Amino acid sequence: MPSNKSVSDAPITQFVNCRILRGSRLQREDLWVRSGSILDPEKLFFDEQGYADDRVDCEGSIMAPGFIDVQINGGYGVDFSEASEDVSAGVSLVSKKILQHGVTSFCPTLVTSPAAVYHKVLPQVKVHDGGAHGAGVLGLHLEGPFISAEKKGAHPERFLRTFQAGGIDDLMAAYGSLDNVAMVTLAPELAGSQSVVRELCRRGVTVSLGHSVANLSQAEEAVDQGASFITHLFNAMLPFHHRDPGIVGLLTSDRVPSGRTVFYGMIADGIHTNPAALRIAHRAHPEGLVLVTDAIMAMGLPPGRRTLGQQVIEIQGLHAYVAGTKTLSGSIATMDTCVRHFKHATGCSVEEALEAASLHPAQLLRLHHKGNLDYGSDADLVLLDDDLNLKATFISGEEVWKKAP
Amino acid sequence: MSPRTMKLIVLNDYEQASEWAAKYIRNKILLFRPGPDRFFTLGLPTGSTPMGCYKKLIEYYEMGQISFQYVKTFNMDEYVGLPRDHPESYHSFMWNQFFKHIDIKAENTHILDGNAADLQAECAAFEEKITAAGGIELFVGGIGPDGHIAFNEPGSSLVSRTRVKTLAKDTIVANARFFDGDLSKVPTMALTVGVGTVMDAKEVLILITGAHKAFALYKAIEEGVNHMWTVSAFQQHPQTVFVCDEDATLELRVKTVKYFKGMMHVHNRLVETLPSVPKKN
Repeated sequence: MPSNKSVSDAPITQFVNCRILRGSRLQREDLWVRSGSILDPEKLFFDEQGYADDRVDCEGSIMAPGFIDVQINGGYGVDFSEASEDVSAGVSLVSKKILQHGVTSFCPTLVTSPAAVYHKVLPQVKVHDGGAHGAGVLGLHLEGPFISAEKKGAHPERFLRTFQAGGIDDLMAAYGSLDNVAMVTLAPELAGSQSVVRELCRRGVTVSLGHSVANLSQAEEAVDQGASFITHLFNAMLPFHHRDPGIVGLLTSDRVPSGRTVFYGMIADGIHTNPAALRIAHRAHPEGLVLVTDAIMAMGLPPGRRTLGQQVIEIQGLHAYVAGTKTLSGSIATMDTCVRHFKHATGCSVEEALEAASLHPAQLLRLHHKGNLDYGSDADLVLLDDDLNLKATFISGEEVWKKAP
Repeated sequence: MSPRTMKLIVLNDYEQASEWAAKYIRNKILLFRPGPDRFFTLGLPTGSTPMGCYKKLIEYYEMGQISFQYVKTFNMDEYVGLPRDHPESYHSFMWNQFFKHIDIKAENTHILDGNAADLQAECAAFEEKITAAGGIELFVGGIGPDGHIAFNEPGSSLVSRTRVKTLAKDTIVANARFFDGDLSKVPTMALTVGVGTVMDAKEVLILITGAHKAFALYKAIEEGVNHMWTVSAFQQHPQTVFVCDEDATLELRVKTVKYFKGMMHVHNRLVETLPSVPKKN
């Protein structure tokens, strides 16, 4: 039926035969899209006397908000921390490839690097919307260099930094600019870091705690100053201790200011975290759990030796180690694999697994029009079967990837 | 000479009553053979009673038995002052329970606007729209525990037209369950078609289910025409069908119920699947 639109001439698409994730429940409802946003069909009917131009039959699939990956270091041979001449080409390549994993928005992540690398790479990566060309870039995630030497993980020690008297000025000297930076991971036990946390939050940058030996007190102080995320919980931090739970204790801390949520990234690839630990975190604080891939350049590539940032790593099966050691250097799991593994390991509901990859990262980054299927939100969508395998990906209502039959 | 009939249809339970009513409506529309120059005008109710009937009509649409493309609808009523997108507004009810599931066009649906700047003018305009559409072929309604039809509360004029009404206490109490059980949240006024408006329809179908409606049904058909029980006005309508479940007949005389049940084999012919009526799509 032709639409009858008094408000807009833009075509209207109606997705039928789907179960949409709305209000934390899967509901049998149609999803309406116009001009890249989710439309309220009741308003359309009564106010505009309009209806759909196209109908897309979802054949009973699950329709969820597109996944958002806030920690991804590269993939398909691209390393975001590499200071190449054409960084944006690398970002574009990855952004296009990850559409097949259901990721519609992401934060390209840089590991600890020398100032020269930041100064060269950062100006080349801009926040921009996704589309047929690839997933949207929400801003950079700068993981380091203001982290703990003891918990550097795969980060190169020689490029770690501390805050000298300057605090935020030292940080700006290292990075060059905070334009297009969505998140910074730092260790809050570093002298001078608390004022940096406060200043970063004031500038709208999300602050995450990670690669740190902070105790719970120091972590709580940082949260007080505005920190709202924990980078890959359990990994590169002190283990939970019953008299000092450390950063892990933030999950159940009573010093988190009311109205605020502390989110925490989990790499649910089956390797970085024992399923029992994943379950403990999920059960303690389910609404804060954010699935991340922490994928490295080797994701999507065959096994062997590769370079990540300033170091050499080795891929063996599903594991990626710092070459010559047993230190994990990031994962090669894809986001949809993480969602399925997370659901399987925790026994959580489909809705919870999907929200951990969409709603929660959007809430973390305070993006109200992403990560949900509410009226007015961006129509970044994924279609999945009951086992959470991807069937299609949409950005702004347009199909940008479809599984080959 | 068109038929002058009163039928009381008694089914065993709510589901069967809903299904019978839905099939009756479906067949009426199909036999009318609606088309681009010939719309079937249908009056519609809200509330919990007709929900089963709407579900069945949606089913028949999904099975391809019926289309609403050439059907015009006129709802009975709407609260005054409730935002149109409030989950309990009758606009929301009709969208969620019926319109969004079928192929009806928005411009063919008519629901009174309880937020109109001039409520009297809105009511007068509604009457004019009904007239312009050629009158209502079939008006489907329910009954309140106080025997009201639409919001024609006890004491309403039996020749009333569409107007603003203050709701009776009984009605507010009955509707509180849709407003978190909080009486203060229930709207106190509504726009409603009048008794006279519904009486003008060519045919009227009243759905009555549940024991709590039994006394009202008794007053409506076994006692006299009385404006304290406004549904009783339909004793003087040329073509009325009352569709009930067993529980709704609990206050009727056994003799009345037996009489009408004895005719079910005749009445059931009205709801048989029509064999060769071509659908106009």
